[in-house]
Formats: sequence, structure tokens, C-alpha cells
Amino acid sequence: MGRNIFSLIAGGLFGLGLHLSGMTDTTKVQGWLDIFGSWDPTLAFVLGGAILPMAVAWRVAARMQRSTLGIDFPVPPAPKIGHNLVIGSFLFGAGWGLAGLCPGPAVASLSYGGTGGIVFLLAMMAGMYGAPALRVRLDRLAA
Amino acid sequence: MQADWIWGFAGGIMIGLAAAIFLLVNGRIMGASGIIGGVVDGSDRARGSENLMFLLGLAAVPAAAMLIFGRPDTHLTPILPVVVVAGLLVGAGTRLANGCTSGHGVCGISRLSLRGIVATVFYLLGGGLSVLIFRHLIGVI
Repeated sequence: MGRNIFSLIAGGLFGLGLHLSGMTDTTKVQGWLDIFGSWDPTLAFVLGGAILPMAVAWRVAARMQRSTLGIDFPVPPAPKIGHNLVIGSFLFGAGWGLAGLCPGPAVASLSYGGTGGIVFLLAMMAGMYGAPALRVRLDRLAA
Repeated sequence: MQADWIWGFAGGIMIGLAAAIFLLVNGRIMGASGIIGGVVDGSDRARGSENLMFLLGLAAVPAAAMLIFGRPDTHLTPILPVVVVAGLLVGAGTRLANGCTSGHGVCGISRLSLRGIVATVFYLLGGGLSVLIFRHLIGVI
């Protein structure tokens, strides 16, 4: 029960932050990526603002055995830089630049994103659904 | 323009606080693509209700803000094939890389994770090239 309530609160606060910071406006995101056009630095302030409380949270977590609800903290993944991390991130970035939406803002703008926003969300979910099959092919190519 | 930076920074702090709550209370990394992906492909059924509650909050609070302050424009391109291709790339790419702007960017960089930093470099590179090619060379966005 507590997990659901705090998950709802975290999701809501994330949504409010994305909404207020302007990250559901695709022109602000594309403006940040458009270093050869009229560059918009807003996203750097959003990312910087978000990293600050989280850097503190990681230090606090390091002093705790478990989360306040008694849940084990996630084990850090092996620091391996594989082809999936590099290729996946590059493909994600290409789509991010093309539409100006990443997964969080795509959900946050569901109520006011219109038909296009819903089409983006459905296509994104289809891409997520197909990712394991793509991963198998990439692993085979890399092997 | 100056107000945009202030709103951006204030909104960013809220995003970071949300991630901090999710870590310190729920014991999880706040990654939007992981949470959505776990629901879509059924790989995270054990935390299904928790994930759905997160997504409910994520969609509902901006909806409430819209009702109070008016509808903001997302300025999404009206060319639907572009939207579909972009969505497919974002969905497949984030799941391949196990993270997006929130998981690798906010949560990864803040603990100086090499994987988070490398992912961020490559999605910024992909995004920058995408805008360069599709806006300045081809002109579809």
C-alpha cells in the first residue's frame, strides 16, 4: 500500500516538474538539441536542477541499509559499456530529436498532447514491445 | 527567455525530488522507460500496481495543471509518419539501452555512473544529429 502511494506521489511530482519546466513542449527539447540553430539552454537547467536533489539522495541511500519501506536498494549494474547501451541510446536520441519527446514527457502530456501525442505513445510502446527481438539480433551480430 | 531558465530549474528540482522519493522510499531508480516498458512487455508484473500508480500520477498531475492554468501547446509535428518513426525509435532505443533521460540522465549522472554518462553522451549525439539532419538538411521538422 505504502509503495503504491509513494509511487503515485513520485509520479505526480515528476509530472509536475516536467510540465512546469517546459519539457512537454517539443520546441524546447528540439531547441536544446539544435546547436546549429537557435539554441535553447532550458534543458540544461532542468537536468542540472534534477541532478542536485538526486546526488544528495544517493549519499543518503549509501548510509541506509534499506529504503524507508524496507526495500533493498537496486544493485548497481556491472559497469560494462555494451553495444546495446551505445546503439540503443543513439537510436533513442535520434527519435528524441525527431519528435522532441522522451518517455516521461510523452506520458505527462497525455491529456493535452492531442492525437499526435497518443500516436507517439502507441508507437513508443510498440518499439518497447519489439526491443527484445531487436536485442537478440544485435547480440547475434556482435557475437 | 530568462523566465524559462527559472521554470526549467524549478521543474528540474521537482523531478530530482521525485527521483529521490522513489529511491529512498520505494527503493527504486526512477526511470520512465523502465516503468513503462515493464508494463508494456509484462516483464515487471511483480511491481505492476506500483508502476501503474506512478504512470497515473505522471499523467494526472499535468492534466490537473491543464484544467487550472489552461492547455499548453506541445508543438508536436503534425506529420504523423514522423511521429510514428520517432516513437518507435524512442521505445526500442530506451529499452535496448535500459534507460532514458530520467534513468540514465538524472539517476545515472547524479551517482556518476559510467553507463549513465555514456548513454547520455550517445543520446545527445543522436538527438543533435537528428535535428541537424531532419531540420537543417531535409527540413521535415
